Amino acid sequence: MNIKIINLLITGIGETFYMVVASTVISYILGIPLGVLVYATDKNGICQNSFVNRIVGLVINLVRSVPFLILLVAILPFTRAIVGTTIGSSASVVPLVVAATPFVARMVEASLKEVDHGVVEAAQAMGSTGWQIISKVLVPEAKPSLLVGMTIAFTTILGYSAMAGFVGGGGLGAIAVNYGYYRYQTKVMLITVALLVLIVQIFQEGGLKLASYIDKRIKR
Amino acid sequence: MIRLVDVSKEFKTKDTKIKAADRIDLEIKDGEIFGIIGFSGAGKSTLVRCINLLERPTEGKVYLDNLELTSASKKELLKARRNIGMIFQQFNLLEQKSVIENICYPLLISGVRKKEALTRARQMLELVELTEKENSYPSQLSGGQKQRVAIARALATNPKYLLCDEATSALDPLTTRNILELLETINKKLGVTIVVITHELKVVEQICDRVAVMSNGKIEEEGKVEEIFLSPKSETGRKLVLPDSNTGAAPTRDYLRIVFDGQSSFEPVFANLISELGIKLNILGANTEDIGGKAYGQLLIERPDESNVKKVRDYLDKTKVSFEEVFVSKEVISA
Ligand SMILES: Nc1ncnc2c1ncn2[C@@H]1O[C@H](COP(=O)(O)OP(=O)(O)OP(=O)(O)O)[C@@H](O)[C@H]1O
Ligand SMILES: [Mg+2]
Repeated sequence: MNIKIINLLITGIGETFYMVVASTVISYILGIPLGVLVYATDKNGICQNSFVNRIVGLVINLVRSVPFLILLVAILPFTRAIVGTTIGSSASVVPLVVAATPFVARMVEASLKEVDHGVVEAAQAMGSTGWQIISKVLVPEAKPSLLVGMTIAFTTILGYSAMAGFVGGGGLGAIAVNYGYYRYQTKVMLITVALLVLIVQIFQEGGLKLASYIDKRIKR
Repeated sequence: MIRLVDVSKEFKTKDTKIKAADRIDLEIKDGEIFGIIGFSGAGKSTLVRCINLLERPTEGKVYLDNLELTSASKKELLKARRNIGMIFQQFNLLEQKSVIENICYPLLISGVRKKEALTRARQMLELVELTEKENSYPSQLSGGQKQRVAIARALATNPKYLLCDEATSALDPLTTRNILELLETINKKLGVTIVVITHELKVVEQICDRVAVMSNGKIEEEGKVEEIFLSPKSETGRKLVLPDSNTGAAPTRDYLRIVFDGQSSFEPVFANLISELGIKLNILGANTEDIGGKAYGQLLIERPDESNVKKVRDYLDKTKVSFEEVFVSKEVISA
């Protein structure tokens, strides 16, 4: 294996990280408020509003039910409008964010739902405002669970990013497709797959470890 | 003063309506410890949650001092809630925050500066005697300790009122006693008015001044704890004062309930009763209670036949021991 391939792989890893990290971060910036909104407007939520709840829930479900590859192609004009091109790593971030945000919103919602309702009630009894309950009770109490959700979101986005490689995205996915699939360099493909597996492993393990480390419910 | 005027709370589920609170009128005076007792499902939690409007009554008015909470603005309500502490059966502490952070929470959300909040929180920890647990997390505490933290947290903002919803129901008898003693101290020392919800007569007996007996969303009777214990007037009250009230097992036959109010002592009366009258009496149950520092006792005996009942009645009247005749057909003649 020559230097060229190694350099290629290093660039690939860099691009993959860039895509996945950027997408995860942006998806969370958008997904946390959405998840909180769905949670809070649910019946028995802290600011019930069934209209908002239904609309947001519907949009989330709609986007989530579109297969990623189809979504990727369908929003190409949107992607072009935002980043000016439809190929390369930056262009992949757009569909990744669009696909991951509703997913993240649901993960956030699920994490918030795990917080004991009694704790929320105690906070209400102490005269907390809705915002104080969200920012000082719900999110901090759900932190370990949110972190677990984030590792799942990260690995899911990593998988999507490899798919994006098929249609002009960058990163390890693109290398696997271009060298392994089109040029029959099985070895290169295997290496990229191994790298992807390794990244998933590292993040999965690291995320779970960190989550249990910060979780004060666990006796140590 | 907490005042409920004609308060009702109806829960609508898919196909039924439940009136968990049904036209309740109640006044809790400043400085007292008021008990609300009843069996599970009576509507006690619903009622107490109507006081701080965690549950908004479907009808009626709730007053806190002179403010009508039911028509107060959101801001006024939040402010009023800071004047009403609340503790729960399941403690409801913030699991990801340390003991001291938990106690600081109500202070910080009401705008107290961090440094002052810490000082105040430490004072509260001292009050509940948990100073050494300042940096522990709730998961590292026992049930009794958690409830102490919850009490410290509820009192941090110096509220005038404290609502306790089954605050001791998850604790063993000894810990229950300690927590109740703490509540009593808080009432006496800080002058906090306390509302205690419970299904155990023991709790009411140990600390309450007055008590309301609740069943099916209604208050069946209300009065001084001694009064209710000596001569309960309602069906539920009668069941609650029985020695085995926890099991809900009431005698299935007519019986006499002889009550010793701390004046006359327990055993001699009964021994004399039998030896003087020379009749056999069948004991159904007995216990002694400590109410406000006085020993109270009760003795349930199966109702003997008519001629003997008269003898027993006369004897008890003569010795000034109170008793009531309870017919399982549910009529009572008090004496
Ligand atoms: N949110 C709710 N929705 C529907 N029904 C409810 C709700 N909360 C309470 N209820 C019903 O209201 C009645 C009174 O409940 P509540 O919790 O006030 O009783 P309780 O006296 O506190 O009982 P326990 O001693 O078991 O705590 C019950 O029949 C209960 O099923
Ligand atoms: Mg209850």
